[in-house]
Amino acid sequence: MRKLLFFCCLLFSMAVSAAPHGDRLYASHCSACHGVDGTGGVGVPLALPSFLNNVPDEYLKKTIRHGRPGRIMPSFDTLSDAQLAAIVKYIRSWSDRPAPKENTARIEGDKEHGKALFAERCVQCHGQDGRGGKGTGVTFSRKRDLPIIAPALNNAGFLQAATDSMIHSTISNGREGTPMVSMLKAGLSKKDINDIVAYIRSFEESAAKLQQSLEASGEEPPTIVADSPYSLEETIENLKQAITDQNFTLIRTDYLEHGLVEPGKENRKQVILHFCNFGFLFEALAIDPRVGMFLPCRVTVIEKDGKVQLSTINPKRLSKLFNNHELDEACEEMYEVYSTLLEDATL
Amino acid sequence: MINRRMNALRDSLYTLLLATMLLFSRPLLASDLLMVRTTQGFPEAMLALQNSIREHGYNITRVQRIDVGLTGMGYKTDKYRVVFVGKPKEIQYLVNKYPVLAAYMPPKISIFAENGETVLVTANPLVYAEMIDDDKDKILFRRWESDVYSVFDDIREAEDK
Repeated sequence: MRKLLFFCCLLFSMAVSAAPHGDRLYASHCSACHGVDGTGGVGVPLALPSFLNNVPDEYLKKTIRHGRPGRIMPSFDTLSDAQLAAIVKYIRSWSDRPAPKENTARIEGDKEHGKALFAERCVQCHGQDGRGGKGTGVTFSRKRDLPIIAPALNNAGFLQAATDSMIHSTISNGREGTPMVSMLKAGLSKKDINDIVAYIRSFEESAAKLQQSLEASGEEPPTIVADSPYSLEETIENLKQAITDQNFTLIRTDYLEHGLVEPGKENRKQVILHFCNFGFLFEALAIDPRVGMFLPCRVTVIEKDGKVQLSTINPKRLSKLFNNHELDEACEEMYEVYSTLLEDATL
Repeated sequence: MINRRMNALRDSLYTLLLATMLLFSRPLLASDLLMVRTTQGFPEAMLALQNSIREHGYNITRVQRIDVGLTGMGYKTDKYRVVFVGKPKEIQYLVNKYPVLAAYMPPKISIFAENGETVLVTANPLVYAEMIDDDKDKILFRRWESDVYSVFDDIREAEDK
């Protein structure tokens, strides 16, 4: 007993005192999006010298800590300061130059003039109101001729992490290796760039409102559920008809225990209907290929204690997992489809 | 009586030990989605995934070939599969006790080709833990999470072989 207690204490103290390994943390939590060697993919390429030489460590830390609400990059808010610093140190190891010092001084400028310049020079990539490029940056959503999706400059996470000085420097020097060109070389003056910075900083108000609305949105239930007044067999037939009526293709009907137990020994009161609308699927994957883990569409029908119940995932709840605003509309649409199917099958 | 108390104390300590190991065997990060990218091509990554899932004691109940369905309907796409995974007794137990989980079981891992590399993604099993109330059962999802990390580690390590 004492040995067990000692072992517990030893394990605990070892775990707490061990220094975090930035390379391992990066591999576990960043490489899937930013690439094994920081060359990007879903996320921006971090290993670009033009990026690392321009961003202070504080920018990286704040970005990891707060993420980009609604733009896929999650907030790693449970990461310890030591873990966060270890990841940043690892990312910094891709550059042979020291990190620039953070300069938090505000830059004053004429935001109306900045707005006009933004419309002329920046909107094409960064979108109206700085909402950023579309897509996740992976194969399904874009051509491979661009190394980066233009960041959303009106994002609360970006505005929180980036200083005026950093934005000014990026606009002035551009970002070699991406489509972002030097605006100084493109003919703008330092004063013009101050004005653009002032305009970008003015996005803070709308960004805060958007974040508040996201935080205020209530928690969705995990499933959409309907009780059926019909037998299991009748409910399944009704559901098949409803699926066809909604222009979906029924892929197959399975027992929930398919593949879990020997064929023929499955619980026949637990049935799953898999179905798909391939056009909708294609569009959803183009928005965010990660949604595949909740595909194909399915309704689970279970008879228990003489009662038949249908259930589906709730896409509105799941859309929050992806931190991708672009998915919200598709998830809303899918919620309506599922609700209609369940209603039609149990009418 | 004393023996019973000793046994109860021993059980509690083992639970504490297990919880401690699970808690500290991974960084304390709670991502809703677990992802991994490997430089392996799709077929090699798929093979590594299937091998590792089985080595961890899980059944592969089905592989949904999303890309085949899309291509068959005239859509251009790269390799994309969804792998359904579970342990029979655990899935049966969860579905019977928590009807809310029936729509989510068995869990799935997506695997798709990405510019010559391969990306795998799944929902953090702790997402399912949030749907139930019983704390004792939540530890099951903590173990699943640990197993997903371990499977993903295997896939990363398979790059070097």
